[in-house]
Amino acid sequence: MLTLEEKQEIERAIHQVPLRKAACIEALKVVQEHRRWVSDESLKDVAAFMDMSPAELDSVATFYNLIFRRPVGRHIILVCDSISCWVMGYEKIQAHLSQKLNIGFGETTLDGRYTMLPNPCLGTCDHAPAFMIDHDLYRDVTTDQLDAILEKYT
Amino acid sequence: MGKKLLTENINVPGIETFEVYRKNGGYASVEKALKTMTPDEVTEEVKKSGLRGRGGAGFPAGMKWSFLDRKSEKPRYLVCNADESEPGTFKDRYLMEKMPHLLVEGMITGSYALGAKTSYIYIRGEYMYIVRILEKAIDEAYAAGFLGQNILGTGYSLDLYVHPGAGAYICGEETALLESLEGKRGNPRLKPPFPAVAGLYAAPTVVNNVETIAAVVPIVNLGGDEYAKTGIGKSTGTKLISASGHINKPGIYEIELGLPVEEFIYSDEYCGGIWKGRKMKAVVAGGSSVPILPADLILKTAKGEQRLMTYESLADGGFVSGTMLGSGGFIVYDETACIVRNLWTFARFYHHESCGQCSPCREGTGWMEKVLHRIEHGHGHSGDIDLLVDVAKKIEGNTICPLGDAAAWPVASAIRHFREEFEYHVKYPEKVKN
Ligand SMILES: NC(=O)C1=CN([C@@H]2O[C@H](COP(=O)(O)OP(=O)(O)OC[C@H]3O[C@@H](n4cnc5c(N)ncnc54)[C@H](O)[C@@H]3O)[C@@H](O)[C@H]2O)C=CC1
Ligand SMILES: Cc1cc2nc3c(=O)[nH]c(=O)nc-3n(C[C@H](O)[C@H](O)[C@H](O)COP(=O)(O)O)c2cc1C
Ligand code: SF4
Ligand code: FES
Repeated sequence: MLTLEEKQEIERAIHQVPLRKAACIEALKVVQEHRRWVSDESLKDVAAFMDMSPAELDSVATFYNLIFRRPVGRHIILVCDSISCWVMGYEKIQAHLSQKLNIGFGETTLDGRYTMLPNPCLGTCDHAPAFMIDHDLYRDVTTDQLDAILEKYT
Repeated sequence: MGKKLLTENINVPGIETFEVYRKNGGYASVEKALKTMTPDEVTEEVKKSGLRGRGGAGFPAGMKWSFLDRKSEKPRYLVCNADESEPGTFKDRYLMEKMPHLLVEGMITGSYALGAKTSYIYIRGEYMYIVRILEKAIDEAYAAGFLGQNILGTGYSLDLYVHPGAGAYICGEETALLESLEGKRGNPRLKPPFPAVAGLYAAPTVVNNVETIAAVVPIVNLGGDEYAKTGIGKSTGTKLISASGHINKPGIYEIELGLPVEEFIYSDEYCGGIWKGRKMKAVVAGGSSVPILPADLILKTAKGEQRLMTYESLADGGFVSGTMLGSGGFIVYDETACIVRNLWTFARFYHHESCGQCSPCREGTGWMEKVLHRIEHGHGHSGDIDLLVDVAKKIEGNTICPLGDAAAWPVASAIRHFREEFEYHVKYPEKVKN
């Protein structure tokens, strides 16, 4: 069941487009914002609310990297693995994160705190290497800063 | 100092607010266009300016605007492509973050020229903090009467929305973007029809890059002829270059088109030379989808002429000894960079981002990634290099959208210019094994 709050937020997105269906990606994001990921159950509820079949909605949901159809941690780390970050040594940053958190790309820490994903260029290549945690951007990152950054998210 | 047409005021404190932006001459193009010009006159100025699309393909903006089907009964749309995910490109993010009102102003003036009543800014999902900056600017513009019903009492009305994506590089391709804006998977459509004829909800639509739309502001303010005085030949105006990699001063530079590449790389006004006193090995001049060039060929063409930052000069020599200005993502490699590992990074990216509709792209990118992985990790076979060239050739020109080409070009050019590095990897696996 979608909550009243979720329904209101989805309605707001629908208001911006001429067709109800056109807001379905926004609708998935609303649900994800509240529940962290989109379960089969949630998917069915959103589909019904948007006048779509669950299969149709799922084919949209699975297309996008930032819609999570599997459980994820409380915080998402998006590590840029593109060209300028590679040139400036992101591999060291990723190795350090992996070692510290004991997870690789696509995995979640045992305590459910972090999920780490690779992400194409974060658009801040002049301050490479870079990564994001949730909506926060970290630039010019060095390995000795990582512990302090990770502490900030519980 | 070169002339600046977009970023002159970017360091003025508070320029992200309506008040300061307006005090510094902001929204003059809206007043001028809506009060003193017809929509066609605005389009005419853009045509005269010679402005070419800043998203990468360089298609003349005024021509695209004039192709918009104005006889159709359907609504018309202006859609701003703010999906910027071309690795090595960050100019659009910078403009939107620092000067959101410049984009909003360009959207209003542009929408007026095209007769759009609703317009969208499609921005990548990773840029949520920019979404908030843009939404604030849009709210301020509504409050000041520059958006909404009956703008400045001229009778023209416009609604402007920001629409965030959800993480998919391919949604930067304009027809994939339109699919996504319609709430679908971002699968590119076959062109033609071009969006100008059948775009958003099959209605006439112009899709333009952030920087293209921003450039409409100085064009309308100065007049198209005056704008065209900056730059050289068919490369008019200024261009934002995103400079990154092994240089002393990474950052965004607004350059006059026509600046010598050598000056851009070595002068203190721009990149400030190669870091740590090292030598330059190679440059990717226009974002990750353009061919890579070795140091000598980026500074001079094969004919020995000085290379300039223009669409034409960078393309001189075609794909044999030239490259492209593309999106202006300028990435510099010093002599220590391993071209093989670099290329593997590229291949992984394109394989992951292929939408999977066309088999040459879907299978080819996967294949290239696999072969590059084994070469880089010391398991290469003797025929692998030719195999890569062959796979790249089979993708090129055989796909719905240019992502396939974009994946093939870097492979072909890296092997053309740095073949001995690939051969070394295959010949001495124990030296590269890791
Ligand atoms: N900025 C970025 O993040 C990225 C940019 N790119 C760039 O994208 C480029 C390829 O883009 P495409 O849109 O596929 O190129 P394209 O050449 O098909 O089209 C360029 C623009 O001109 C318009 N156009 C072309 N012919 C037309 C006609 N006859 N009538 C009406 N409109 C017409 C198209 O609709 C489009 O807006 C590459 O060159 C690459 O540099 C690629 C990846 C990312
Ligand atoms: C795979 C792919 C990704 C693209 N990504 C972008 C992008 O992020 N931003 C952009 O402006 N254009 C991008 N383009 C180019 C657009 O299709 C289109 O040419 C552009 O938005 C037109 O605007 P312009 O004429 O103002 O340059 C991409 C093209 C391809 C093939
Ligand atoms: S070339 Fe690749 S990304 Fe483009 S439509 Fe075909 S499969 Fe999709
Ligand atoms: S390549 Fe990492 S931010 Fe651009």
